[in-house]
Amino acid sequence: MSIHTEINPIRPDFQIISDWIKPNSRVLDLGCGDGVLMNHLQNTKQVQGYGLERDAKNIAKCIDNNVNVIQMNLNDGLPSFDDQSFDYVTLSLTLQSIKRATELIDEMLRVADEGIVSFPNFGYWKIRMQLAIGGKMPVSRSLPYEWHDTPNIRLCTVKDFEAFCHKRHISILESRVLNNRYKSTFKQTMLPNLFGNIAMYRISRN
Amino acid sequence: MKTSANKRNSTTLSQGESIGIVTPQYIDIDTPLRLDCGETLDSHTLIYETYGTLNEDKSNAILICHALSGHHHAAGFHEGVKKSAGWWNELIGPGKVIDTDRFYVVSSNNIGGCHGSTGPNSINPKTKQKYGPDFPIVTVSDWVRSQALFSDKLGIDVWAAIIGGSLGGMQVLDWSTQFPERLKNAVIAAASPKLTAQNIAFNEVARQAIRRDPQFYEGRYFDHDAKPVNGLRVARMLGHITYLSDDMMAEKFGRALQDKESINFDYDAEFEVESYLRYQGDRFADQFDANTYLLMTKALDYFDPAKNFDHDLSKALATAKAKFLVMSFTSDWRFSVKRSREIVKALQDNRLDVSYAEVDAPQGHDAFLMQIEDYIEVFSSFMNKIET
Repeated sequence: MSIHTEINPIRPDFQIISDWIKPNSRVLDLGCGDGVLMNHLQNTKQVQGYGLERDAKNIAKCIDNNVNVIQMNLNDGLPSFDDQSFDYVTLSLTLQSIKRATELIDEMLRVADEGIVSFPNFGYWKIRMQLAIGGKMPVSRSLPYEWHDTPNIRLCTVKDFEAFCHKRHISILESRVLNNRYKSTFKQTMLPNLFGNIAMYRISRN
Repeated sequence: MKTSANKRNSTTLSQGESIGIVTPQYIDIDTPLRLDCGETLDSHTLIYETYGTLNEDKSNAILICHALSGHHHAAGFHEGVKKSAGWWNELIGPGKVIDTDRFYVVSSNNIGGCHGSTGPNSINPKTKQKYGPDFPIVTVSDWVRSQALFSDKLGIDVWAAIIGGSLGGMQVLDWSTQFPERLKNAVIAAASPKLTAQNIAFNEVARQAIRRDPQFYEGRYFDHDAKPVNGLRVARMLGHITYLSDDMMAEKFGRALQDKESINFDYDAEFEVESYLRYQGDRFADQFDANTYLLMTKALDYFDPAKNFDHDLSKALATAKAKFLVMSFTSDWRFSVKRSREIVKALQDNRLDVSYAEVDAPQGHDAFLMQIEDYIEVFSSFMNKIET
């Protein structure tokens, strides 16, 4: 690519994904939005691959960002991708809106060696407070919707996700938990499910 | 030298102006063209139009491939002819999606056509008579080989992009594998990697309507001062139904009656939709040649690039190198989104650069000819990335 449309500064969670990915890998980015993550990976790690996106308005934006994008609905799985045809499949802050989340994670680990999943941690203390003290469904920066119009139907906590992986024989190769400034401090390391706003995992079936 | 227009129209639809008056040109190609059917055309002529200016290093040339009933006149107007806008005038012009301020756009009529390129109405040099039904059946690959010779004549080694919808999209796909070095970008809209049984069935009904017309005279109607007008009309009416969607027809016509308050219990065109189809049929029969229509539908039926590769489209596209944009339309039932997904999967399997938009549009197959916001936006973004 001769044209770099690097967006600075890159979101810290995207930078962590980039750190986890080996150079020259093949990457499939599920729910790629406007293509910023793929663009960053292409520029920093020389990856090849595709972004998958449902929203029509994002397709042109991906192309503007030099990202190959395929318009499709992730709830249909990944039938057009062969087994182990990618090195990584990423699912960045999208898991919470996937109807068939179990099937999709299975699909990710069928198509690639490794999956990278990030999601808003519903165990975050501020979220717990909103429900426990305020008595209302939590609304936050990473979960901005009201209960009646939210696309987020698969909310889970750090503990939930780790139990899910254990049950389904998925290995967690690496994880990071970030605060609401996308940083990882002592608190997030010691009590990730309480102080983590965003949880990130690198997983594998092996 | 490398330029990439990063300007994005703030309004989503391109508001560009028309290219204005255009004049078709003819080019004679003397290199023999061996056809898939085994016959050879020792020489042939193509009619074509160009829009915009070829740059010095000839790196801004774009080739347009037309659909079944299309032709070379894709944009602008013909001097002194009413309603003569080109078939893709909405998308080709200064400041439009295919921007003639940046690109040199070339649009030719395929061989077998009836608008000026060598076809059934041309004189067969061997018999000194019109070919008529004896014009060899041509394939999409034949068209591409003819256009490659045409490119040589124009001095264009590499096209910045080759673009087509429907049958034209199939031609683009063929270009990308037959001459992978000769195009950098490929845009394929509302196309299919092969026809389904239903598609072939519709084509066969159209052919039968023409061939069973008493005025057809085994294709030598011109010798009898006749024309299978009724057959052509029915063929076009049938085709036209497949270009629209059920929803679109419901919205456009519903059950509205034509110029009357109540039904008459007769066989006149009572419903608006009947009147519309008759008008489309009449207009088409005036302009189109029956033998050409038969040839074009055959080219569609025969198109099947995977056939010689164990019916594996991914293998068939293994030679391709271009960067692709594939677009389909949700209400297109002639070439449904599934067909475009097959093309995309085969391109993905070959790890090619491909983007795919599945445009939510009610207009049916003909949507690719129209200014539909999401379609125009994606198409423009892709065009803006093309380096010249």
